[in-house]
Amino acid sequence: MTRHVVAGVEEIPPGSRKIVTVKGREIGIFRIGDNFYGLINRCPHQGAPLCRGEIVSRLVAPTPGEYRLTRSGEMIRCPWHCWEFDIRTGQSLCDPKSVQARAFDVAVEQGTALVEGPFVAEAVQVTVEESYVVVTV
Amino acid sequence: MNVTVLDRKPDNSAQSHLGFIDCDVHPYVKGPNDFDPFLSKRWLEHKQTIGGRTRQGLAKTAMYPRMSPGTGMRMDAWTKTGGHPGSDLPLMQEQLLDLFGVAYGLLAPLVGGAGGERNVEFGSAMATAVNEWQLANWCDPDPRLLGAIQVNIEHTEAAIAEIEKRAGDRRFAQVNIPPRGLEPLGRRRYWPILEACAANNLPVSLHLGGTSGHASTGGGWPSFYHEEHPSYVQTMQTLVTSLVCEGVFEHIPNLKVVLVEGGFAWLPALCWRLDKHWKRLKAEVPHLTRSPSEYVHDHIWVTTQPIEEPERPQDMLATLEWIGPDRVMFSTDYPHWDQDDPRYAFKIPLPDDWKRKIYRDNARALYNLD
Repeated sequence: MTRHVVAGVEEIPPGSRKIVTVKGREIGIFRIGDNFYGLINRCPHQGAPLCRGEIVSRLVAPTPGEYRLTRSGEMIRCPWHCWEFDIRTGQSLCDPKSVQARAFDVAVEQGTALVEGPFVAEAVQVTVEESYVVVTV
Repeated sequence: MNVTVLDRKPDNSAQSHLGFIDCDVHPYVKGPNDFDPFLSKRWLEHKQTIGGRTRQGLAKTAMYPRMSPGTGMRMDAWTKTGGHPGSDLPLMQEQLLDLFGVAYGLLAPLVGGAGGERNVEFGSAMATAVNEWQLANWCDPDPRLLGAIQVNIEHTEAAIAEIEKRAGDRRFAQVNIPPRGLEPLGRRRYWPILEACAANNLPVSLHLGGTSGHASTGGGWPSFYHEEHPSYVQTMQTLVTSLVCEGVFEHIPNLKVVLVEGGFAWLPALCWRLDKHWKRLKAEVPHLTRSPSEYVHDHIWVTTQPIEEPERPQDMLATLEWIGPDRVMFSTDYPHWDQDDPRYAFKIPLPDDWKRKIYRDNARALYNLD
């Protein structure tokens, strides 16, 4: 497992995502508020580029006709078959016990900590003054 | 409960999906005027001043709009410049034809509105235009793509003329007939068209979708697209039942019918039911000299997408066996949102000889391809 600097924090505003390639794997880095999450860009169903789907809320209905919009902006909907996954965990909505997209640990580190290493930052120029998104793969 | 599919490896055994024949590929228009060069001045003016008259009440959208933009498109199939999925041959080649080394792609154009047009003269003119458009934009630039002859079956003479005009042109593989018609397809009013298809050795493909103006289920209009989707199965069941019970396959013994995008797991149960009642009701349909399931097996082919995903994946094998692995043909439905990927569609490995048949050989034989 190695830690990879994949973006500056400002590059990914809240509610948006960036798809990065680490160790030959495409990973979607999502920002919800000030927290960052990583999901593999491959749907466990049929291999679609999952992280390119729509970021949506979770709609629940305790009873027919009663709707509640929850978890605003915390679900990703697959661009092919519309399976929805929890951005924070990769857990699927359709079959949460057994269908999951692989999630990666993502953290925010200060440039000062990163210059001490160890980390990999091929594509991102690190300066001590900024904060960076670091994914563990 | 379904099995975990996380990190499931694609079925690359013997690269079984490579070089497959895709029995359902959708070409789209780049813009609303793409058919204009193929319309006579008379019908071009009609299109521009009067326009189409479909059998649905909504303009510019489907009866059951999909969640995915573009009335149900794979979201990664839009071109970089915002072009409609399926409208750009290079992208179709990149995402489908070249990616999998597709040997042939059977086109199913859902554009032009020829089949459902109420003005049957205009519908027939649009059918001709869509046929020319397929050749110019798809079949000629990429000979792997085989056209489907469009007709308006409410104009018998024009439909037969169009079929006869295209017969022998190897760029066309089959005749598309809308599955939702004004009457069940086995009714005698449609026999001359079906005869023309058989006489010219052209299978009839029935691709689900569209609307005839009738409610999409026998019990009325559903509320949700989730209900509309399985109603396509009812449509397919109606078609099979009608073709069998009316005696179409007795009258046209070399007619071949392909059910596209209706799935297939329902077919064995329908056959069991038809066979059971045939034993009891023979006196009503004395023209049926064989059991319904025999007609079905001899005359009907199914395509796979949207493939059923049984709770116990191994049940797929029994289902295929009941239908006959010689009657099932793989299809993706590119670029629709519910398309199937040939590497992942089957949740259980198939025997090698079934794979060869389903991915290639059945379509090769049916359409007489090299």
